[in-house]
Amino acid sequence: MRHEPIIEARGLTKRFTVDKAAVEAVTDLSFEVLPGELVAFLGPNGAGKSTSLRMLTTLVPPTSGTARVAGHDILTAPAAVRRSIGYVGQLTSGSFAQRVRDELLSQGAFYGLTRAHARRRAEELIESLDLAPFATRTVQQLSGGQKRRLDVALGLMHAPRLLFLDEPSTGLDPQSRANLWQHIVDLRETHGTTVFLTTHYLEEADRYAERVMVIDRGRVIADDTAAALKSELAGDVVTLTFGTAEDATAAAGPLRRLAGRDVRIVDERSLVLTTPDGDRLLPAAVRELDAAGLRVERATGVPPTLDDVFLALTGRTLREAQAVAEDSTATPTPEGTPR
Amino acid sequence: MTTTEKSAAETAPTTGAPRGGVARDVWNVLTRELRPVVRDPFTLIFSLVQPLVFLGLFAPLLVGQSGEPTGETLRWFVPGVLVMIVLFGTGAVGSNLQYEMMTGSHERTLVAPLSRSSLLVGRALKEVAPIIVQALLIVAISIPFGFTPDPVGLVVGLTLLAVFSVGLGSLSYALALATKNREWLFWGVQQTLIFPLLILSGMLLPLDAGPSWMRAVATVNPVSWVVQAERALLAGDLGAGAVLWGWVSALVLAAGGLAVGIRAMRRSS
Repeated sequence: MRHEPIIEARGLTKRFTVDKAAVEAVTDLSFEVLPGELVAFLGPNGAGKSTSLRMLTTLVPPTSGTARVAGHDILTAPAAVRRSIGYVGQLTSGSFAQRVRDELLSQGAFYGLTRAHARRRAEELIESLDLAPFATRTVQQLSGGQKRRLDVALGLMHAPRLLFLDEPSTGLDPQSRANLWQHIVDLRETHGTTVFLTTHYLEEADRYAERVMVIDRGRVIADDTAAALKSELAGDVVTLTFGTAEDATAAAGPLRRLAGRDVRIVDERSLVLTTPDGDRLLPAAVRELDAAGLRVERATGVPPTLDDVFLALTGRTLREAQAVAEDSTATPTPEGTPR
Repeated sequence: MTTTEKSAAETAPTTGAPRGGVARDVWNVLTRELRPVVRDPFTLIFSLVQPLVFLGLFAPLLVGQSGEPTGETLRWFVPGVLVMIVLFGTGAVGSNLQYEMMTGSHERTLVAPLSRSSLLVGRALKEVAPIIVQALLIVAISIPFGFTPDPVGLVVGLTLLAVFSVGLGSLSYALALATKNREWLFWGVQQTLIFPLLILSGMLLPLDAGPSWMRAVATVNPVSWVVQAERALLAGDLGAGAVLWGWVSALVLAAGGLAVGIRAMRRSS
């Protein structure tokens, strides 16, 4: 029962109409998420992340395909799905005219909490998300980071076992981002909450999520742990620099044999290669070359980033993909009105 | 199917009662909407500025024009001002929803386990509270100048005003839902409609002296019927035919407004 998936998407597809042309925002999305997982949905703007999330949270119906979320079908039992999940959207969850504590209490009532329970829960969240100094302020008066913490608090009011977050850290300063992540990680550790989030920040997915799904142009193109994605699709970049060009040339052959990889000579005195196991290769290479009388002056091993992974998968850097996505600024309108 | 439903319910003990009913949802939406008003009642006075300007700057002109005593003119004019509060105040409430659609909190309520209809009905019913308070303020301000409302008529008149505000509020919310994030379109339509409705209701000046086509249009303007009903009620003429037509207009508007509004809310995403 523990291993019954908490999210089960089957062929989710969403088509929009932009300027009378059909655009497929999400194509045949199928995946499973197990209880307790922290999954990052990574991709450039316009890749289909938010649309996927909006389908899973019952905000928009899929054009085809379906999904079970927290044990309920998004098409036949949207109300049951809504009761079971928490959702933090891309924008501000709190109404600008409302006070922070009031919004939390209203949210509690929406989810059927008793008044006493809602009050207790609101105070807990105000405390743990450092909202106490602003509890009686209106949402309008909060800073970006404070608003975002309230968004998370609102998403957690009913202690859902599954929390969706759409770009939770976009627009925050580095410190607020780190704080927010700490809260998300804590939440998972203490309550075993399943967290499904979208991000276009590579560092975040890399650092916090143990499972990364890469989405590009509406399709999932990779789904694995960040570490596995990096070692399989991109390797550590190892650079050895020698005192002379002669040494570098002489070392190329032995290094190629040792690593079993192609070696390039850069700037005459440096050898560069990519390998999944750079940390192990470095000391071994330095020892062997030294024994052969080839003195290594500098040795560096740079681990790959998810940007390298994205490049390996798509042939484009994430930044390039972003720029293209931002060029097409047309707002999509759903094809056929949802009922 | 049944086993997974059951296990989900067991593992999620805090998700509350599965069905509290639409009434509970409406109540929760209504109380949330009222919170900012209770926290900052000054906003009610602020939105009274326009009707107060008409009362302070337009009524004296009417008094001068008619040559009748102030009390007599107010008896004709104040009921119209009460309807004006609804027209200007409630007619614009859609912009609050539109703002929440653009800033994100509307989306949050769509993901919450609330029936779609309650999201509209709760908001529409909320309009009653500020309208009653504002109407009582206008009446209280007018009394020292010689306005003498009939007490029973006032109670019935306020109830009629409440029903009218639910209808107009619903339509305003429906307009916001239909125009989505195009604020200019919301205000364009709202302003285009509000002034013809105002003038063709005989609220500011009697239409008796107007051309016959204007009077013809006024007969199909529900606002005009509500204004006439309010005049009769506040004067104590509870049995007047205008009262019946006022109620019919307000009830039809409320039913139609709620239907259109709920439909728009169901399509909202």
